[in-house]
Amino acid sequence: MDQAALKKLPRGWKGIPSDLGSDQTAFKGVNWGKGMMWIFLLSDTFIFSCFLLSYMTGRGSTVQPWPNPSEVFALDVFGVPVPLLLIAIMTFVLITSSGTMAMAVKYGYEKNRKLCGIFLLLTALGGLTFVGMQAFEWSKLIHEGVRPWENPFGAPQFGSFFFMITGFHGTHVSIGVIFLIIFTRKVFRGDFDSGRKGYFTSMKSDYVAIEILGLYWHFVDLVWVFIFAFFYLW
Amino acid sequence: MAENIKKEQATTHKLGIYLWIWGLLFVLSFFSYMVDWLQFQGLLRWTLILIFMFLKAGLIMAFFMHLFWERYTLVNVLLWPMTAIATFVGLMVAESKYTVFTRFFYFVLGS
Repeated sequence: MDQAALKKLPRGWKGIPSDLGSDQTAFKGVNWGKGMMWIFLLSDTFIFSCFLLSYMTGRGSTVQPWPNPSEVFALDVFGVPVPLLLIAIMTFVLITSSGTMAMAVKYGYEKNRKLCGIFLLLTALGGLTFVGMQAFEWSKLIHEGVRPWENPFGAPQFGSFFFMITGFHGTHVSIGVIFLIIFTRKVFRGDFDSGRKGYFTSMKSDYVAIEILGLYWHFVDLVWVFIFAFFYLW
Repeated sequence: MAENIKKEQATTHKLGIYLWIWGLLFVLSFFSYMVDWLQFQGLLRWTLILIFMFLKAGLIMAFFMHLFWERYTLVNVLLWPMTAIATFVGLMVAESKYTVFTRFFYFVLGS
């Protein structure tokens, strides 16, 4: 649907009955891949919600004291423990990579191949840094004796929730990094300008693919906002 | 052709918006880190954490994920299911309160 036809449709709340009651497409002007990505992200939201909810239930129902995340995740800087230092850096790195991703989407739509590719690469580097710091955090906690069934700090459930939630999020980041690298290559090669067919899909694509990838990446950042609030700060 | 490109460029958003949101996310993250740094406790801590969390989530969804510019049909399809999660949270809060009560009553006091 082109922009001119979109502009003629009723906007705001009136658009809902008119869109849903219309022929063929409910999501007017939304690329099908983008619509599918949103539906996937909705289902992913439910998965992460279930993890965080089980964590809430576990933490709320244990009779042992919950480990103080401020102390557990503290990092020694020249012998002085700084609370949550690594987590704060990870948060800023992920937000930065989200910002560069937004730039990549913007420059993609402007068909600025070079800047789009550079910002995609920066995003991938940010994601890689994040995963690296998470691996460091995991190994530090494992050295300190945190296991899914026990830990030296308090309630034994702490470990299982920690590894499950951050592990699942880290997997999402890793998958995102892989796709960012693949799409960086595609952008620099000019696939979205030349209409070169994709290897797996054997279909032509254009820069809307960068926005779809961006949706996934921003979602990973979004989930981290909730994990940061509920697991590390609460 | 040139006109066509010009038209497409007009539909992308200004760079300034992204930089602003980026900056705001940095500031909000800094504030939520400060909540821990200053060791706020109790209701104040939980309220501040939730406020900063929802502000950040809202900014990311509205501007980075472009929901602010999407048609209401998509926005509503995505946001209404969140009420199911909110309901689930309510159920599980009640459930965990009951569980911790029985555990204290039978295992801690009873042992």
